Amino acid sequence: MADAAARRAVAELPLLRAPAGPRDREGWAERLREEYRALIQYVENNKRADTDWFRLESNPEGTRWFGRCWYIHELLKYEFNIEFEIPVTYPGTAPEIAIPELDGKTAKMYRGGKICLSDHFKPLWARNVPKFGLAHLMALGLGPWLAVEIPDLISKGLIQHKDK
Amino acid sequence: MGCREGRGVDRWVWEAGEAHGARGGSSGSLRDGAGSAQAGLGRCRRQVLRAEQGRDALGFPNCRLMALKRMGIVKDYEKIRTFTVAVVGVGGVGSVTAEMLTRCGIGKLLLFDYDKVELANMNRLFFQPHQAGLSKVQAAEHTLREINPDVQFEVHNYNITTLDNFEHFMDRISNGALEEGKPVDLVLSCVDNFEARMAINTACNELGQIWMESGVSENAVSGHIQLIIPGESACFACAPPLVVAANIDEKTLKREGVCAASLPTTMGVVAGMLVQNVLKYLLNFGTVSYYLGYNAMQDFFPTMSMKPNPQCSDHNCRKQQENYKKKEAARPKEEVIEKEEEIVHEDNDWGIELVSEISEDELKAASGPVPELPEGISVAYTIPDKEDNMITGETVAESEESLEELMAKMRNM
Repeated sequence: MADAAARRAVAELPLLRAPAGPRDREGWAERLREEYRALIQYVENNKRADTDWFRLESNPEGTRWFGRCWYIHELLKYEFNIEFEIPVTYPGTAPEIAIPELDGKTAKMYRGGKICLSDHFKPLWARNVPKFGLAHLMALGLGPWLAVEIPDLISKGLIQHKDK
Repeated sequence: MGCREGRGVDRWVWEAGEAHGARGGSSGSLRDGAGSAQAGLGRCRRQVLRAEQGRDALGFPNCRLMALKRMGIVKDYEKIRTFTVAVVGVGGVGSVTAEMLTRCGIGKLLLFDYDKVELANMNRLFFQPHQAGLSKVQAAEHTLREINPDVQFEVHNYNITTLDNFEHFMDRISNGALEEGKPVDLVLSCVDNFEARMAINTACNELGQIWMESGVSENAVSGHIQLIIPGESACFACAPPLVVAANIDEKTLKREGVCAASLPTTMGVVAGMLVQNVLKYLLNFGTVSYYLGYNAMQDFFPTMSMKPNPQCSDHNCRKQQENYKKKEAARPKEEVIEKEEEIVHEDNDWGIELVSEISEDELKAASGPVPELPEGISVAYTIPDKEDNMITGETVAESEESLEELMAKMRNM
């Protein structure tokens, strides 16, 4: 079900054009602008649909990203800090998003809180290089992950709402 | 430097003693290869160092390795000391790979890994529980230095896929050989994820660096190694990731949770295949495989080679392909001339002939039944049939004497 929602969100996202990575001195600036435009579009779409769920920003070079995401479960809003670095092989390979405060709480995570994505994600990303960007990563990667993991973590008592 | 003929000379101290010229007459303390581990190791290291000061080219206990040369398998085994290999990823496969190279007497090893040793790693070879918490490269360096103090080590505890580290990584590949400023001879990818492999691929395509990639499947029952020569063979981006057929019904596979399975057995096999390929490549013997797969379920070892993709997404790969084509076109076509082994002596005034030491009849009698075998496998020797093996001659004479009488007879002789 999370996949269907994710696919719908992605369908409304603009595709990116510049096939440049962070080592590409000329192309990266253009790619960064495309990334920001797509992310802004995504957040606007979410606000309109009342499904606003994240904010992201980067360092001036666009190589380190950080922000917050939130998930609403049983009328309560759970918020988490997120961060990731752009790998040298981007956009060929997607960045690994990390939620440091959840590190060690779930098996679906690598060291440092890097979320582990499903088997479907990598082939899907590979088939869409360089059209997919950070907005797609959020919609296809982090979004579905939160939808599956957060309710599970809450039910296991591994995370509590800050008001509790 | 010698080796006690026939006797398995595995003890460290023997080797060093031999190199020193002391033929069986070493000082008492050297003979005692047992004794406390610490003391033994200390003695051993001193002996190894002393051995190196002698004429011994390899220094490190090398009797078994140099025998490769004497058996005609490898022409110049000592050359192993001149090579530098970079191992990226010092986990299940990488740590075993590094150990094998160390024990083979490699000149220099560069190790890259960002991870720490954990108790969860104990289902694999190499790392020990007391090393939990240490960085893998640090723990590996410590262990390997103890095994072979003659190997030079350079370790880096970082993730090569980030921008800063990647530049440093490329710099060390280009300049980190035994002779600083020269590139390493080989890069070995022993990482466990696609992103890191792509990063290594990117670096090697850009630098024109020959490398080998290895991998073990998530279900731990298959693996592979691959040799990549930028421009000449397929790079990692030329085709989607290869999968060794496992003949497992995909529907029966459960994928609960995310933790990948791993077995020390599969990883040991893949590391062995990898280092074997490295040795053959560096020392120029045998056939180097471009791709060798391993399917543990059916014991299937497919080999193949792949040409590069002219439309590869990596522009450096495409550039390397162009360079390679130009080089091949410029190379003069070498005529393969069959050289007949010339017989040294032309005159044979005395009519000397070489005759087999075993007579024809003896040869026939010595051959027994041979089982049906596929190509590539033969028997080391045969045992003739009982009928052909009739012993002729007298047997022991019968007598009435008892055993005690016979024993007494012997004693009184």
